[in-house]
Amino acid sequence: MKAAIVVFPGTNRERDMALALKRVTGVAPRMIWHHETDLTGLDLVVLPGGFSYGDYLRCGAMAAHSPVMGAVRAFAAKGGHILGVCNGFQILTESGLLPGALLRNAALRFLSQDCYLRVENAQTPFTRRWAKGDVFRTPLAHGDGNYTADPATLERLEGEGRVAFRYASAAGQVQADDVDSNPNGSLNSIAGVLSENNRICGMMPHPEDLVDPLMGGEDGLPLFEGLVEAVVR
Amino acid sequence: MNKPATVDVALAREFGLTAEEYGRVLAIMGRTPTLTELGVFSVMWSEHCSYKSSRKWLRNLPTTAPWVIHGPGENAGVVDIGQGYAAIFKMESHNHPSFIEPYQGAATGVGGILRDVFTMGARPVANLNALRFGSPENPVTRRIIDGVVRGIGGYGNCVGVPTVGGEINFHPAYDGNPLVNAMTVGIARTDKIFLSAAAGVGNPVVYVGSRTGRDGIHGATMSSAEFDEDALSKRPTVQVGDPFIEKLLIEACLELMATDAIVAIQDMGAAGLTSSSVEMAGKGGVGIDLDLDAVPQREPGMTAYEMMLSESQERMLMVLRPDRTDVARRIFEKWELDFAIIGHLTETGHIVVRHNGQVEADIPLAPLADQAPIYDRPSTPPVPPAPLEPVHAPLSLDAMLIQLVASPDLCSRSWVWNQYDSTVGGQTVRRPGAADAAIVRVDETDIALAVTTDCTPRYCQADPKTGGAQAVAEAWRNITATGARPLAVTDNLNFANPEKPEIMGQFIAAIEGMAEACTVLDFPVVSGNVSLYNETRNPDGSTTAILPTPAIGGLGVLENAAQAIGLGMQDGKDVVLVGATQGALGQSIWLREILGREDGPPPQVDLAAERRNGDFVRTEILSGAITACHDLADGGILVGIAEMVMAGDVGCELDSPDSGIRPEAFWFGEDQARYLACVEDGAALCARAAAAGVPARIIARSGGRDLILPSGVTISIARLKNAHETFFPALMDAR
Repeated sequence: MKAAIVVFPGTNRERDMALALKRVTGVAPRMIWHHETDLTGLDLVVLPGGFSYGDYLRCGAMAAHSPVMGAVRAFAAKGGHILGVCNGFQILTESGLLPGALLRNAALRFLSQDCYLRVENAQTPFTRRWAKGDVFRTPLAHGDGNYTADPATLERLEGEGRVAFRYASAAGQVQADDVDSNPNGSLNSIAGVLSENNRICGMMPHPEDLVDPLMGGEDGLPLFEGLVEAVVR
Repeated sequence: MNKPATVDVALAREFGLTAEEYGRVLAIMGRTPTLTELGVFSVMWSEHCSYKSSRKWLRNLPTTAPWVIHGPGENAGVVDIGQGYAAIFKMESHNHPSFIEPYQGAATGVGGILRDVFTMGARPVANLNALRFGSPENPVTRRIIDGVVRGIGGYGNCVGVPTVGGEINFHPAYDGNPLVNAMTVGIARTDKIFLSAAAGVGNPVVYVGSRTGRDGIHGATMSSAEFDEDALSKRPTVQVGDPFIEKLLIEACLELMATDAIVAIQDMGAAGLTSSSVEMAGKGGVGIDLDLDAVPQREPGMTAYEMMLSESQERMLMVLRPDRTDVARRIFEKWELDFAIIGHLTETGHIVVRHNGQVEADIPLAPLADQAPIYDRPSTPPVPPAPLEPVHAPLSLDAMLIQLVASPDLCSRSWVWNQYDSTVGGQTVRRPGAADAAIVRVDETDIALAVTTDCTPRYCQADPKTGGAQAVAEAWRNITATGARPLAVTDNLNFANPEKPEIMGQFIAAIEGMAEACTVLDFPVVSGNVSLYNETRNPDGSTTAILPTPAIGGLGVLENAAQAIGLGMQDGKDVVLVGATQGALGQSIWLREILGREDGPPPQVDLAAERRNGDFVRTEILSGAITACHDLADGGILVGIAEMVMAGDVGCELDSPDSGIRPEAFWFGEDQARYLACVEDGAALCARAAAAGVPARIIARSGGRDLILPSGVTISIARLKNAHETFFPALMDAR
């Protein structure tokens, strides 16, 4: 799998993501500066976490108009695989590559804690290592992760199995109005969504920060292992 | 400041200089200084920049060890951590701004300390903080906590440096004077460390980062005076931070540092362009010419005085090799940061500042530094506290424990931690609350750093010397309890008005205690900061001084990160108490929270016992015998046990103490040099301890879902956690 990480000014989780990708591919991913537009030869493009351009406008809004995102749209149109985590998810929604939007956390405070995710669709390149209903732990760290979408979009997402992950309790219970299991208040406890072709996934939590027993576990590793299997040509 | 001000002794006084100090300025200059020159003298000779009240005493601190690469005097301390890497770290206060404007005050405190570390070539890998707030009952406290926590998170989260540790205390003495001490730890190759001494006459002086505005003018002077009721009118002297620019600055500087372009570099912190240019040229023994017309400016019409005194954030000053300026310019253009050559080094030994074709300042650097005032201020030694009269427990053991774990100083800090990104970077081995010190791995190695901040101000108030020693010892213990080898400390000495003999006496005694502890524990001071005048003038003319607070930031190293252990209770183990228990209740949290009293002497600090017990515990951790460990501090044994139980989600059954000590003194006394350790075979550990001359006894057996007291009373983990986790959400999120 030839993977690359897009780096915007203000991106700050590119190192974490590089560690995770190197763990499963054995090689350091390519780093793509926001002015670059050549994505040829890549199997996976990752938009990592951070505060692109400072995120002083809506999170991800500036990045969505950067030169590299034109190339990312073209990459998506050709069926390329794209993972957006945290700020990367926000950029994907601002770019129109994924539906919905991320609002301020319901409690109006930045949240940095572990959460549990329930796998809702295991038939995707991002989730194939799990079974539907599996629950795994992952850190989250964001101020704007409260997923929302209009009723028609939500109905479509749910109907087409395009909710990849939901926030849940450790036992796998999903309850949208429970702050313990749905910490940022996301609609339908949605933590990650998929594109129509299942090749673009955006999620708020950070599976890349839990891929090493030394850092507390490998709960996030299946996502990356699955991608390697799925995109091998 | 566009209308010409008359420079005289009255204006000098407004700028914070005494008549005698102004006399020195006149003698050095041989004429009346210009307004800009007076501004330069006043900030360079402010308490904040000159350490004029403290310098004489700071010399008593030990600062060397074989592993110390750079001690105090550089932007941050540097220690060798092995495999060709150095840890670079420092702690600094932003107390006054954080009271006036909590969010920006705390945010820019984080930004400033980050710059002190990356200016030396280090990538920042961990932030910590030490916070003291006023009484929770004071309505102002809630606003200050909210702003400070948001500010620390807002800045640290955005720059992508994990905030991994810290401490919080409450006391009414901080009502009008909260303390915000921020610490940054960075990593560099030992052969790629950058210093601030300028060199090379003719070399260009380069300004990079944010533009200069009118914010923070005279901030250093504000930090050198006590507060009065007009404090809040000083908001314009508080700087405004931009963590996005800081992030770019970190990346651009580190990229430039990989080349050979930099001769010297320093951040523009307190007193901005003035202190950076004066210190760089002064240390290098050269002169410096600055052309302020070339300084990137945020607004038109700024005067030389304003530009020299501005404390606009996210700016750095560098001396470059002349043949490498284009390389440097390209890097900063890539990161879309301002880059301007604003002067060059000279052989005059003067700083010469030009603006609009006029010489606005021309000051000889040697006397500006050498003739800076140093005061040996009068002091009165602290009065030793009276012994504590016998006290008795008014409640049952379980009721007292619940009350203690729920109290402001002992309750869960997770409400605070959960607003700080503690995992960014992907190297956080132990997050806040999981171990006595946070553990961060060094990228591409097996090495890990153990970092902590510690101080017990109520001990320092009662007996500053013991309190100073205890702060150092507790930091050393917290590092030891993870298995790491303590290497060095940074200190942040927060005290009240040094012109009062009793405050000066506190300061001197605290340093004496710190020095003794640092010496015995081989734990030298490699960097630090002094914050004085933490005192508020009340409307009735009286003053409120903070508790003396010499905050210690400790750093240790583990050769193998996988050997780090946490404090969570593990199932099916013997729990061993290491260290001697006498039942010291003077100045204990128990005395304050249960009996409402703050008196008696603090627990004694026996440094030989600290060393012996700690070295024993560390050896047993690294051998794999001890698998979880927690140092004993506030609240004593029973609170320590409860903290382990809550962290590990595993209960335990306590033995009867059978010690001849009253139960409340045994369970809640705060004797030092003690640890709780989980081991497979407690008897064997106790035997090895006895051979090493270390007191040790089995105190509990772990397992189950309850904490079972010797009386048979059981406290469920859920009940403990419920009590432990209520305070912050109830205080902060109540509508």
